[in-house]
Amino acid sequence: MINKIVKDMAEAMAGIRDGSVVLIGGFGSIGQPNVLIGGLIEQGAKDLTVVANNSGVGHVGLAALLETGRVRKIICSFPRTADPVVFEKLWREGRIELECVPQGTMAERMRAAGAGIPAFFTPTAVGTKLAAGKEEREINGRRYILEEALPGDVALVEAWEADRWGNLTYKSSARNFNPVMAAAAKLTIVQTQHIVELGTLDAEKVVTPGIYVNRVLHVPYGEPTVT
Amino acid sequence: MNAAAKVLAGCKPMTRREIAARLADDIPEGWYVNLGIGAPLQVADYVPAEREVIFQSENGVLGMGPAPAPENINRWLINAGKQYVTLRPGGSYMHHADSFALIRGGHLDLCVLGAFQVAENGDIANWSTSDNESAPAVGGAMDLAAGTPRLWVLMEHTTKTGESRLVRRCSYPLTAIGVVKRVYTNLAVIDMTNEGFAVRDMVPGLTLDALQSVTDAPLRMA
Repeated sequence: MINKIVKDMAEAMAGIRDGSVVLIGGFGSIGQPNVLIGGLIEQGAKDLTVVANNSGVGHVGLAALLETGRVRKIICSFPRTADPVVFEKLWREGRIELECVPQGTMAERMRAAGAGIPAFFTPTAVGTKLAAGKEEREINGRRYILEEALPGDVALVEAWEADRWGNLTYKSSARNFNPVMAAAAKLTIVQTQHIVELGTLDAEKVVTPGIYVNRVLHVPYGEPTVT
Repeated sequence: MNAAAKVLAGCKPMTRREIAARLADDIPEGWYVNLGIGAPLQVADYVPAEREVIFQSENGVLGMGPAPAPENINRWLINAGKQYVTLRPGGSYMHHADSFALIRGGHLDLCVLGAFQVAENGDIANWSTSDNESAPAVGGAMDLAAGTPRLWVLMEHTTKTGESRLVRRCSYPLTAIGVVKRVYTNLAVIDMTNEGFAVRDMVPGLTLDALQSVTDAPLRMA
């Protein structure tokens, strides 16, 4: 019997190695798997590269992970959400590397990784300083730059419902990067508000099919706070 | 009194909300529209509910409605500015790669962004004022600017110190090149043409000469 539901956090985080590229879902705090981030802090892997849209708020969740000093580099589109105190301090002190990527390019680089596409041409950022050093090509009279796929070793994902095969649904705009990251990592770990019996999710409404998911942890944490 | 102040003294510049209302008048029923964070978001307040315009938020919301009453907040439903919003009947959710595929694929009819500068060649600078600031943060601005076939900019005509935001060439870091189609300022509505900026209309009491005196790039009437 396939059962991807793990019994505790230690089992969820087992085997995450130093130097991993960790994709972390969420747009701000909405859809961000903060309990799994806490588990990663506890687990202790270091020298990490984190891919996330924002860089954490206050001293919780992603910011708490950065504060441990175990993140070597962050790849994100907008490291300036309200109160990015931890990131700002690390960045000013030169203790974290930042790769600022346009939001749609970041999403597409991960989608490509999950879809077996090693690189793609995009019009986004052509002629700007974020295109510096990138291969440019004119196709049908328009300029494009080459962007490479962005695969993860690990993805931390927040879902709304999950079954034991790892089929997932999401809640409203908490979907955001989560399905893209689930497909782009070798090891996809999910925290879910609800566990449901296999066969009860409407097959027409499953957003992430279980093939992309390795481990599911039941985390009925209630409501998020917007940050 | 500097030139800008003299020009402004002779007419009544629009407020941010008046610019938003002016822009909203030009959005016809049926358009799919992304409104940038900040002042552009106010445009939605001036599209009457009976005129069906579908607003997209790049964090995966299509058919976004106004802010909810405090007792009806869905805590998983925010816009790109991380404010609580609602979903209109007929609205839908998508993940980030699909949301930006929609944007980059040219499926929106209109995107409205704020800007620091717009150049007469259609370049826009709206994400960074300096190369030496703190951490760079671009968000979805470059994807929206490069991907939307019709980009309108909503901004003040000049900076607080009276410098023109309509320029020959942007001095701030670029967001995208050659993409702006129209600019709505507190003084005028200006089209981008192959021959540069062309003024569509101005606030009452303003002349083209007066507008030109606070604008770096050359202007002509449309």
